Formats: sequence, C-alpha cells, structure tokens
Amino acid sequence: MLELRNLSIDFGKGASRVQAVKGISLSIAKGETVALVGESGSGKSVTGMALTRLLPEPPAFYAGGEILFEGRNVLGMNARELRALRGGKIAYVFQEPSTSLNPVFTVRSQIAEALHLHRPEVADVDAEVVHCLDMVGIVSPRQRMDDYPHQLSGGMQQRVMIAMALACRPQLLVADEPTTALDVTVQAQILDQMRQIKQQTGMAMLLITHNFGIIGGIADRVAVMFRGKIVEEGATATVLGNPQHAYTKALIGCIPQLGQHRRRLTTIDHDALGALC
Amino acid sequence: MAAFDLVWVQNLSVFTGYALLGGALWRVAGTERWKAAWHRLRGDRTGMAALALICVFLLVGTLESFSVPQPTGSRTLLQLATAGIPQEKGYSAPLATTTLSVANPTPLAGRHLLGTDALGRDTLVQTLRATRSALWIGGLTSIIYIPLGVLLGILAAFYRGWVDDVVQYFYSTVAAVPEILMLVSILMVLGKGLGTMAIALGITGWVGMARLIRGETLRQVERPYVAAARAMGQSDWKILMRHLLPNVMHLVLIKAVLGFSGLVLAEAVLSYLGVGSPVGTASWGAMIDASRSELSREPFVWWNISTSAGALFLLVLALNLFGDSLRRAFDPKHG
Amino acid sequence: MVAYLIRRLFFFVPIVFGVMLLTFVLFFVVQSPDAMARRVLGPKATPKAVENWLHNRGYDKPLLLNRTGQAPWHDSLFLNQMGRLARFDLGKSDVTNRPLAEDFREGALPSLLLTVPAFFVGLALSVVFALYLVFIRNGVVDLAASLACVALMSVPVMVYIIAGQFLVAQVLNYFPAFGFQLEGFSTAKFLLLPVALMVVSGLGADVRLFRAMFIEEMGQDYIRTARAKGVSSALVLLRHVFKNGLINLITLVVASLPFLIMGSVVLENFFGIPGLGNKLFSAIQAPDFAVVQASVFLGSLLYLGGLLLTDICYAWADPRIRLQ
Repeated sequence: MLELRNLSIDFGKGASRVQAVKGISLSIAKGETVALVGESGSGKSVTGMALTRLLPEPPAFYAGGEILFEGRNVLGMNARELRALRGGKIAYVFQEPSTSLNPVFTVRSQIAEALHLHRPEVADVDAEVVHCLDMVGIVSPRQRMDDYPHQLSGGMQQRVMIAMALACRPQLLVADEPTTALDVTVQAQILDQMRQIKQQTGMAMLLITHNFGIIGGIADRVAVMFRGKIVEEGATATVLGNPQHAYTKALIGCIPQLGQHRRRLTTIDHDALGALC
Repeated sequence: MAAFDLVWVQNLSVFTGYALLGGALWRVAGTERWKAAWHRLRGDRTGMAALALICVFLLVGTLESFSVPQPTGSRTLLQLATAGIPQEKGYSAPLATTTLSVANPTPLAGRHLLGTDALGRDTLVQTLRATRSALWIGGLTSIIYIPLGVLLGILAAFYRGWVDDVVQYFYSTVAAVPEILMLVSILMVLGKGLGTMAIALGITGWVGMARLIRGETLRQVERPYVAAARAMGQSDWKILMRHLLPNVMHLVLIKAVLGFSGLVLAEAVLSYLGVGSPVGTASWGAMIDASRSELSREPFVWWNISTSAGALFLLVLALNLFGDSLRRAFDPKHG
Repeated sequence: MVAYLIRRLFFFVPIVFGVMLLTFVLFFVVQSPDAMARRVLGPKATPKAVENWLHNRGYDKPLLLNRTGQAPWHDSLFLNQMGRLARFDLGKSDVTNRPLAEDFREGALPSLLLTVPAFFVGLALSVVFALYLVFIRNGVVDLAASLACVALMSVPVMVYIIAGQFLVAQVLNYFPAFGFQLEGFSTAKFLLLPVALMVVSGLGADVRLFRAMFIEEMGQDYIRTARAKGVSSALVLLRHVFKNGLINLITLVVASLPFLIMGSVVLENFFGIPGLGNKLFSAIQAPDFAVVQASVFLGSLLYLGGLLLTDICYAWADPRIRLQ
C-alpha cells in the first residue's frame, strides 16, 4: 500500500544543508503495523511527516527517491491531491496532545472539520462525532464533545486526537510518539486502545517511537533508524529477540526490565556507532 | 570665559558618551553569544548597510558636537569644514543661480546642491548640522532611561516581593498617563531645550525597558545557573552583575537601538508642538515645521522639507533595520 | 471573573492617586503657582493681577496641608484638587475660565469622527495585509513588504500630513484642506484625507506587528494538526491562525479603544478639527495648565478603562479563561 523508495530529505541549502533522511526504503502492507524506532534526531519523525509532505518546504527539500501510496507518487501530487490524502487516506496522531489540539475550538468542531473535508456525505455530523469518541473509549461522549481541549486530561486529549484521526477512516494511521507525553499508566491504556482499534478497523499503522518497550504487542515489523538511515528491519519478535545491529542492541539494552535488578542499563556511544555505520 | 568653558564641557561629554557605549559593549563582547551574534550580523547585508549609515550620521553629529574656540567665538568642526559655502540673501532652489524672489532675483554667491533656506543658509549644511540635535536627544535620553529601566527591572525580578511591588506600581503609574500628555506636561513646566526633552523622554521611556528586563530576568532567575551561583555562596550583587546582567544585555542593546529611532521621531513631533528644540537650534523637527508655510508660498519651497525629512527618514530607517538585524542575529530562530 | 475585575478596580485606585500626585508635584511644586500665574498672564501682568488670579483659583492656599489655623486642615491646594477630581469636576480653564467639562464634551465628537473610522479602517487593512503576507511568507513580495513597513514607520506623522495635504489639496486641488464644519456629507468628504493620513501613518507598524503575531501562530502544533487533517493553507490561515491570533490581537488593540476620544493632536491641529487633540494643542501654546492637567487625569482614567476592557474582551474571546 505504501512504499518508500530510496527517499532522501534535506533541510536548508548550501553550506547549512543537513541531510535528515539518507535514502531509506520501507514498505507497509494493508492492515500491517510497522514500528519505526530511533532516537530523537534520527529522522524518524521527518519520515512520518514526509508521507503527506507535511514538512514546511523550504527549509525541507526532497532530494531524491519516491513515496508511493497505492502506486501513486506523493512527491508528484498537487496541493488538492495532497489535501485529499492528508486526513483522508493517511491520518496523524502527534506526540503532544495538549498543544496539538486547537485551544479555541471545541472537540466537536475539530472532529467535524475533518468530517466536512473528507466525508461530506455524513448527514448527522454530531452522531458521527459521538461514534468516533465512543470508539476511542471516551465516557459520555455527548457531553465531552462540547468541551474545549484544556478541559480534558492529557490521556483524554490524546484519545480525542485519535478519534479525529479515525473520523475519516484512513487506510494508514501515522502515530508519532503517541504516548511519550503521557503518564506511564495512561500510556498503557492508550496503546491498548490503539491495538483494539487496529483490530476493529483493519487499518495499517506506522508507529514512530524511541521506545522499544512499547512496540512488543502491537507492531508486526520493526525498522530501526539511526542518523537518517534504516540500519535494521525485520519481524518484531526477531528483532527484539535477536538484534543484529549494534545500535539496535544498544537501544534494546536501554529498556529497564522487571526482575533484572542487577543489570546496568546501557548507554549509547554514538561516535563508536557512527564509525560502524 | 564662561562660553569658552562650556565648549570644553560639551566636547568632554561627547567623549564620555562614546566611552560609556564602548565600555558597555566591551564588557559583553567576549561572551559566546555576542561573538556568534556578531558573526551572523556580518553576514546580514541589510544590517551592515544600516550600521554603516548610522556611523555616517554619528560622524556628522560628532563633528557638529566638537567645538573649537575661534577669535570670533567658538565654531564646530562641521562649521569650519563648511566655512567656504557662502551665505545668500534668501530662498534659492537647488543649483539655482539667483534667489527665489520673483520681483527682484539676486544673483547667488555660489551654487547650492540642495538650495538655501529663508535666511540664505545652505539647506544641506543646515540638515547635516541638525543631525546633532537628533543624536543628542537620543544619546542623552538613552543615558537616562537605560540604566534606570535596566536597574529597576532587574532588581524587581531578582528580589520580587515588595521591591517588585514598588517598581510595578511606579511603572504602572507612569504608563497610565498617555505618553504625549506626559511629555507635554513635563516640557511645559521645565521649558524647551535638548536637556529638558531628554529628561521628559527619559521619564516616560524607562517603563518599557524595565518591563522588558523584568520579564527576561524573571525567566533567567529560574535557570539552574543562578541557583548554582547561589549555592556557591556568591553575593546578590555578584549574581546580578556577573550572571544576570550579561544575560539580558543583548535585549538592552536591541531595545536601545529601536528606542533611539523613536526618540529621533519624538524630537520632531515635540518641536512641532512647540515644546521641543529651542528656537535657533538646528533640528529636523523645526525644519519640517517651518516648511508648512514654505509649501504654501508661490512658487513653493520644497527642498527644505525634502532634505530634512529625508535625513530624518534615513536615520530612523537605518536604526529600525539595524535593530531588526540585531534581533535576528541574537535570536536566529525567531527572526 | 467578576471578583477578578473588582480586585483589578481596587488596584487602580493607588494608580489614579499616583497620577494625581505626579501632576500635582509637576505643576505646583516643581513650578511654583506664582511662576505659573506669570506664564499664563504674560510678562506684563501686575503683581495685583497675579494675586487675584491665584486667589480666584485657590492657588494661593498652602500646598499639602493647611496649618494656618484660619481654615480646616484639609483646605489645601492638593487636597482641594483631589476632592474636585474625585467628584469628576475637571475645573476651569486657566485662560478662558470656561468649565473644562464643557470643553471636553464639545471636543469629543469631532475627535471621534476622525479617530473611529481611522481606527477601524486601519485595523481591518492591517489584519488583511498581515494575513496576506503570512500566506505568501518568505517570498519576494513578503520581504519587500516587510521593508516597506519599516520605511512607513520611519516617517514622522507631520511629514505624512504635510505631504498629503500638499499633494491632495494643493496639487490635485480636491479636498477642502482646512475648515471643519459639522454638516453631514461635506464633513465626511472633508474627513477623508485626515482619516486616510491617520491610517497610513499607523499602517507600517501594525502590519509588521500583526504579521509577526500570525507567523508565531503558524509555528504552533495545532496548525500542524490542521494541515495533517487536510485543511487547505488558506483555511488554516483564516480559521485556525486567525481565530487564535485574534485573541492576541485583542490584548494589543482593545486597550487603545478609549483613547480614540482624545483625538490626534497633530492631525486635528493641521486640519483645524476642533477636537480634544486640538484643544490640547492650544493649551500647550497658551499655556493653559488646567487643560493639560485635566487631560492627564482623563487620559489615565481612559488607560485604566482600556485595561479593564481588555480583560473583559480577553475572557470573552478565550475559552481557556472564560471557563475558569
């Protein structure tokens, strides 16, 4: 369904040019969940934003390769086609729900805006908004939809973000660090919710995270990004159980695990790794 | 003898002004942030052009501020440099050969690139001489309002509590009076003059500086380096002078440059209102004011207002552009 | 909210007191009432005339407290003035002896006729230009416009007026340049030029400010969310950026609303509009200290009223505050 071929993305021009993504290839099949794992600055979020050309251009510049969605090259699309793609076919959930929702619009109007854009055939918008909120596990959605974002807790805000993304029944959900800004207990609830929704809707998902700890039960495949390149890719169980690349090993070594009190958590020596890559 | 002494007081005060500016810049110039900003500024063509223009104005104003005693009374360096330009009998158009008078035009003693004014003085020379008033207003006011605003702002944010309450009360009270009314009130009581104008503008001007510095210091005080300095047992004064002040100085400079342009404009408006430059002082405001009647003459005199307003515009524009460039240089993300 | 506003009002009391004290010190302590009388009456005034003038106005009373024993302790210059202003009695003109309240009532309408249209036209134009510049941001036109804004800001208001009056009134011979009369259509036609000049002289600074504000808004996370939903750039700007920016705009703009009544000193004088600005101009020339002092008092009340209005509008516009 989605295929990145040798994609390169630069920021800035001339002397200040930075290569954020250096020729990566990745594919996501229908209904599949792929986790893109790496530290901040590895280029994973840039890759996620690039799927619908959300990065501001300039400074971003697509230096090479292609992004194929259902066989069509996203990089060749015009503004109208891109708008239909965004939200309609590929929807996003971002890291920081408290700033990602517009503070001056109600939950209802923010979800309704997406519906108007991509599903104008929906007659009873309110009922659909309630349905979406219900799907992401919001209690008494009819009352909640008239709330403004600041009246909701962080976990609830992120549920609203997911509801907004689901409202237009996208084929691919890009979740960019969806649980990083949340408390640990809320993290688990949100991940559980996303797993359920995935099973109900059968949509594909690109889960972008720095945390190997959260992908276990949800991702089918994992791609590990380091300094703009994919250094390892494979089935989740394989990569977690038998990491090949030194960086993957180091990242997995960073996860604290219960019952291993005496183990030291690993820190990552970037220069040594950089020499390896 | 008294007049002779005053000349040297004035000359000395120009030195003092430059020394203060140089000293303030010297204190911060070595820090990483200022070096980086200077590096970025050098690559900013608009900013460097604006700076060059400001330097030209500074040079002209300085030449007009230094006086040397002459047998016939003291003369400024600029007067001495332009002594060869003859005085005419009245208005004459740029590069004209006779005076403007329709009835009996008199031949001119020389050519004047931008014409002459009502008294037959060269317009360009008069405009250049008026640079002095603008720079003195800006300079004197800056010497008053910058230390006052910075000191009160930094103290309010550092000590909080009643100090903050008192400072906030003071600036709320001054801010409650519309600026123009405050300026007019002070100048009506104190009288016209460069010094009184600087006092009036200083009294209204420190509020903005104090607010800015208070806000920024409040943020800086939260930073770990202040807590670290405290933990090491440094005195309040040292923390203020060594840590907080250098970290807000770039804002002071930006605000001072942009504020300077406002002061130059204010001089023109106050002179127009009749509470600004005293009669007889060469000032752009007075020249613009005089042009009202000149434009209704037949044929109308356009060169005086064009030249004086043009010079004022160039200085203010250069200051605004340079201030913007400074802001970009110090804060490249929010340029 | 109401409790907050009431607290705010109480905070204003010491400020108004401070302003009164400030003007009192300036007009009666820095300059003695005697010197004031001489400046108002002119250098040729006899000592008797000065004495009469001071006595008629009560300016011959002790400054702060009356300790002469012949009158109650509060019969002093400062306390009498405070009492008068507390009853909103603005006093009489130093020159004409007319009650100032009347003068101010007369001048309010002409001032408002000038400033209200100029304010709203200027605001609308600035917002539209700023939004457009944000839409085409970082392009050549945007850069040129930013430069033009700085240039517009660098011209003193008198130059706009002199140039505008000269071009339109003398060269094109179109508008009556002087002579304000209150009679419907001809007033509107007469006001066109001063209103336009007022708009132009404020345009550069406003467009620049609003543009910076909207650009700041563009960088917010929720703008990215809106774009990720598939909202077009124009709608992102008109719906999301505009509504959020509007809230910031309120804090900047509403506070200046009450000042519209004060008019514009330079413009009114140039065009002979008999508004409050022009009255202030005459008072400066006269000199008439009572008018200036009353204007300062009125100005500070308007300023504080503006602050209060800002709070109310802010609470009304921003759900984050409204719902607290």
